[in-house]
Amino acid sequence: MKHKNKNNETTQNIVNNVKHDLLQQNALYTIIAIFFGFVVGGIFLWSAGFNPFEAYAKLFSSVFSRPKYLIWSVIYATPLIFTGLSVAFSYKMGVFNIGAEGQFVVGSLAALCVGILVDMPPVLHAIFCILAAFAAGMIWSFLVAVLRVRFGINEVLSFIMFNWIAFYLSNYIVNTETIHKVGGGEASKDIRESARILLPQSVQNILQNDKANYGFFLAIIAAVAIWFILSKTTLGYRVMAVGLNPHAAKYGGINSNKTMYIAMSLSGALAALGGAVQLMGNSMRISQFAGQEGFGFQGITVALIASSNPIGCIFAGLFYGAMKYGGSKLNLIDAPTEVIDIIMGTIVLFIAISHVFRYLITKRLQKKEDK
Amino acid sequence: MQELIKNLGLIINATLVATPPLLYAALGSTFSERSGVVNIGIEGMMTIGAFVGAAVAHFTSNAWLAFLCGGLVGALFGLIHAIVCVSFGADQTISGTAINFLAPGVAIFVCKALFEQSSDTPPLDTAQKLPKLFNGVFEVGSFWNNVLNTYVATYLAFVAVAVVWFIFYKTRFGMRLRAVGEHPKACETQGINVFRIRYIAVIASGFLAGLGGAYVTLCTVSQFRPAVIVGQGFIAIAAVIFGKFTPQGAMRACLLFGLCNGLKVLLGSSNVISPNLISMIPYVVTIITLVLFVGKSRVPAASGKPYLKQR
Repeated sequence: MKHKNKNNETTQNIVNNVKHDLLQQNALYTIIAIFFGFVVGGIFLWSAGFNPFEAYAKLFSSVFSRPKYLIWSVIYATPLIFTGLSVAFSYKMGVFNIGAEGQFVVGSLAALCVGILVDMPPVLHAIFCILAAFAAGMIWSFLVAVLRVRFGINEVLSFIMFNWIAFYLSNYIVNTETIHKVGGGEASKDIRESARILLPQSVQNILQNDKANYGFFLAIIAAVAIWFILSKTTLGYRVMAVGLNPHAAKYGGINSNKTMYIAMSLSGALAALGGAVQLMGNSMRISQFAGQEGFGFQGITVALIASSNPIGCIFAGLFYGAMKYGGSKLNLIDAPTEVIDIIMGTIVLFIAISHVFRYLITKRLQKKEDK
Repeated sequence: MQELIKNLGLIINATLVATPPLLYAALGSTFSERSGVVNIGIEGMMTIGAFVGAAVAHFTSNAWLAFLCGGLVGALFGLIHAIVCVSFGADQTISGTAINFLAPGVAIFVCKALFEQSSDTPPLDTAQKLPKLFNGVFEVGSFWNNVLNTYVATYLAFVAVAVVWFIFYKTRFGMRLRAVGEHPKACETQGINVFRIRYIAVIASGFLAGLGGAYVTLCTVSQFRPAVIVGQGFIAIAAVIFGKFTPQGAMRACLLFGLCNGLKVLLGSSNVISPNLISMIPYVVTIITLVLFVGKSRVPAASGKPYLKQR
């Protein structure tokens, strides 16, 4: 009898442990946040006189009803996976890369200049463009790292400044004589055919999408590479050590300044790759900006949803990409597309306070167990 | 000479018109920064302030009411920021980023819902806009008319600097506010309610940012468009750093950045220097000053750090 009781107790313990594990998982709180995001978005839709369920059904069907649409969602997701990775990687080191926006812009600018001004054979040209973007993003972010390490300037401030410098730099370059399209309104010329990374015509025909490109594969490669760097290399170990406790890392013999330089440069390069891929696979030109395009800021959301996990960034990016694409179809039922921004902003807010939910839920569970 | 004086007048006027939105927002940012809460949501708060200002003016034709409402809706988003950052101790930069999604999203959403799918509000008549001071006092086109004949709200922005300065340095609340931004724990042992002071500061920052946004639509642009606020909020943040976190310093910085804008307006048509390059100046200048005067612009010690109540 006693024995049986003990057995029961162990099962109970296991159940509790599983419960606790689940409650420690970030994914649970992310799902709660996403749920609240849709609730708040629904409230806005409802108060504007739309049926939220109908709108969400439209959102869903615009993404999933045809393979062509799904491919569009993937195309929308690709740059966001890159910026998400960029933010996630630097966040592992305790640096909040709010500058992904600017790095994205300089990346696409570098790719644009090489894509228009240089004449090269097809595959080589695209590779060259990507390398140019990589270098541009690295330098852009490296400068901010220098400002932080050498001059002690808070990186969030310099990132914001650099975002706007990149913004106006882009508008400046787009309007220069060599880059600007003659009589083309407010946009640059298109990049040369050889610099594009579109899938072969035959594959595009199967996918029924003439903008299907290699970008997504590059994004997956980048995500796996970042995962590998973080979990299997010394650099990754150093990055995480600095992120968890900079003083302890320093005491343990890690050169935190050097780590900062390398990791922030790499983070900038990732965001810049996003810009290159967006240009070379989808937009083909840069238009004069009226306002910030937001790829970098959306990357912050992607990284937060993914809890800074590189592989998670792929799925979080796909989620955001689908929302963006589906959201752009909401105007078919006259519902404002901006409900997506409201949903995403709410998700970010709720992820930011997820520790509160964690606390409340675990406390409640504790009380139950104590009884 | 005549031409030169006239141009000078125009530049001063363009500066005076461009400065107030930055100034209102910068005063807001000073409030929350000095209390120890980073608020990068200023840009979003300005955007929704700009929308509400334009919408209320369109429906009521009462520009002052619209101006106030713009401030109030900014304060509402300030309240959200305060709840998330002060009560729940969330990361202030993340919360600010969320507000920069939310507030413009809500603004354009409501705009489209109210104005038949249009993301712009209908243009305001002169009567629906905020009034100008010294209207018709000076001869049209004269130097003094160019310089002084500007909006009442422009002058109010400079009055606000004096008011904020007074609050900061001459009242008990201001002293506490500054102390809370430096060492919240010490303040709490002195019986100061850190949470309450930070709440007031962050809500005030939202209110002022909202006023800055409403100024843009009610004075200069006369309608709301999605790109009506492009970076003014961030320039305001830069101005606060540049001005060493004091209201009077922020004012000087805003005047300098406003001058950049004045030059842009004037030189924009002449093709001498690209307006895009002039637009970069505030940001570049801020970085350079930070580099040159390391340590001079001291960030409030507790800035950006969530404070949890001691038990």
